Amino acid sequence: MPPSLEAVGLSKKFGNFAALTDLNLKLQGAKCVGFLGPNGAGKTTTMKIFTGLISASSGRALINGVDVSKDKKGALASCTSLIETPEIYSSLTPKEALTMLCAIRGVPSSERNKRIDEAIGRVKMQEWENKKVGSFSKGMKQRINVASTLLSDPEVIILDEPTTGLDPRGMTEVRDIVKSLDDRLVFMSSHLLAEVTEVCDEVAMIDHGKLLVYDSIGAVTAKFSGGGGNVDVGFSHPVEAQTISIVGSVMGVLSVIPGSERHLLLKFDPKTTSQEKLFEGLAAMRVGVTSLKETSSGLEDAYLSLIKETL
Amino acid sequence: MAVTSERRSRESSLAQVGVVAKYNFLNYFRARRFYVMIAIVLLISGLLTFVIAYRRPAGILTADLGFLSLVWGSFVSLIVILSTAFFGGDAISSEFQNRTGYFLVPNPIRRSVIYVGKWIAALTASTIILLVYAAVAIANSLYYFGFTLPNEFFLSVLYAWIFLAAALSFAFAFSSLFKSSSIAVLMSVIMLLFVFNVIDTVASSLAGVEPWFSITYGAGVVQSVLTVPYPPHVFSTPVGPGGGFSLTIFTAPVWEGLAILGIYFAVMAVLGLWLFERKEFTA
Repeated sequence: MPPSLEAVGLSKKFGNFAALTDLNLKLQGAKCVGFLGPNGAGKTTTMKIFTGLISASSGRALINGVDVSKDKKGALASCTSLIETPEIYSSLTPKEALTMLCAIRGVPSSERNKRIDEAIGRVKMQEWENKKVGSFSKGMKQRINVASTLLSDPEVIILDEPTTGLDPRGMTEVRDIVKSLDDRLVFMSSHLLAEVTEVCDEVAMIDHGKLLVYDSIGAVTAKFSGGGGNVDVGFSHPVEAQTISIVGSVMGVLSVIPGSERHLLLKFDPKTTSQEKLFEGLAAMRVGVTSLKETSSGLEDAYLSLIKETL
Repeated sequence: MAVTSERRSRESSLAQVGVVAKYNFLNYFRARRFYVMIAIVLLISGLLTFVIAYRRPAGILTADLGFLSLVWGSFVSLIVILSTAFFGGDAISSEFQNRTGYFLVPNPIRRSVIYVGKWIAALTASTIILLVYAAVAIANSLYYFGFTLPNEFFLSVLYAWIFLAAALSFAFAFSSLFKSSSIAVLMSVIMLLFVFNVIDTVASSLAGVEPWFSITYGAGVVQSVLTVPYPPHVFSTPVGPGGGFSLTIFTAPVWEGLAILGIYFAVMAVLGLWLFERKEFTA
């Protein structure tokens, strides 16, 4: 049976505030699903319900068909998670903390050291494996938290903003780790749309506790981005008013906004003009175009189209 | 994707209790608070040892039981309560406040297993503290009275340990009630050190009612067992001008004291666990 994660009519209320309203979402098979939404949309609430950190007001959260509220131990037997930024007992070393998790998760004792060494190696923390966690920075702790999700060969991995607190290199490394988990179901929330585009196969968007869309990134982009394209055009010389006028006359260009001294930001209509045609059109004008770079992804446009306000 | 049996293997709850207890004890053992508690015990013991050695009070050095009643019985309840606050006061609340629960709870482990494992770790750490205090009392007794120790002392140590178990159960319940570690610790100390003692005094001395509902009344057996013969259950004595007012002192018999501690242990364990099971990890 393929790994699965399913929310059935999932709702959560904190007093009078509905953090989650009748969420129905079924993720099945080995893939990475991005979970997007503004602050307070209900992403972390959903993930906390799936991991038994909070309970649902109504509805069911199923991991591989097992209801978390009825059999948490059974449901999480094949699922690991990283919710928010967990802290580890400060006087334990990473090796001890991960050994504790291995023992809790039933990893055979003969395999624990190998698994731990592999996991610590993947997050590049070998040098620190026997130092007490209490002295670690937030980013170092988060690396250990990421390592903790890799220990027990899980089928389902739930990651709540896993790159939080990491430096750029750490973020790239974690993304590479997530990309390598292509034989599992990964459910990952993030505010970084480029990260989701790079790492995920599908995307679910949520706002005000309600699911707005769940589909492949390509399908969501095609349906909701409006097809609009934004590009940054670089020039070999400072941009003059005449250049702006010439560029604005190129077929498909909808608007031209001056950027820095040698850059213009163009919005074009991809229904009538592809990026390739646009570049050809600009080059034909002989105004010194040296580069053309997409400035917003289709996912970003779709996000902005679906989610009108942040709170 | 093929699902291997290993991916869905489960560790038994009993084994998980042992794992949680082991690593929480390790965390206690390496923490500053453990050594602060040891220092407090050594300070109290050292002070008693020094004063007795310097003053050599005749009334104390005539009988080993009276001697142990002073060096062990007088302060053991304080040691138990401080240990309880140090190791049990924030045991559960810290999982919320310090966010360590986010590392431990989202695993295939029941919350009850975490609770019991942490309780065993706290009991183990506190027992070490209690044994250090007992060891100093024994060393003192052996020095002054030779290699004999009265049976009543061993009973007192056993009763103190039972009081420790009940007090930890009580502290864990408060720890489950609050998300703030400092409030949970403070409440445990205030309740065990002051509130129950006030209740005992008001109920027995002023109202003439036996405080059978108080944990510290039950814990009185730790000191009472060191008195031979065992104090009477009820003792009244006239006080004040002309003896117009009668002061009543209740002493719980051993069976009653142990029953009170046992009930506190059981009720508070169930209450604390019930609270922890329902508590949510919210920001």
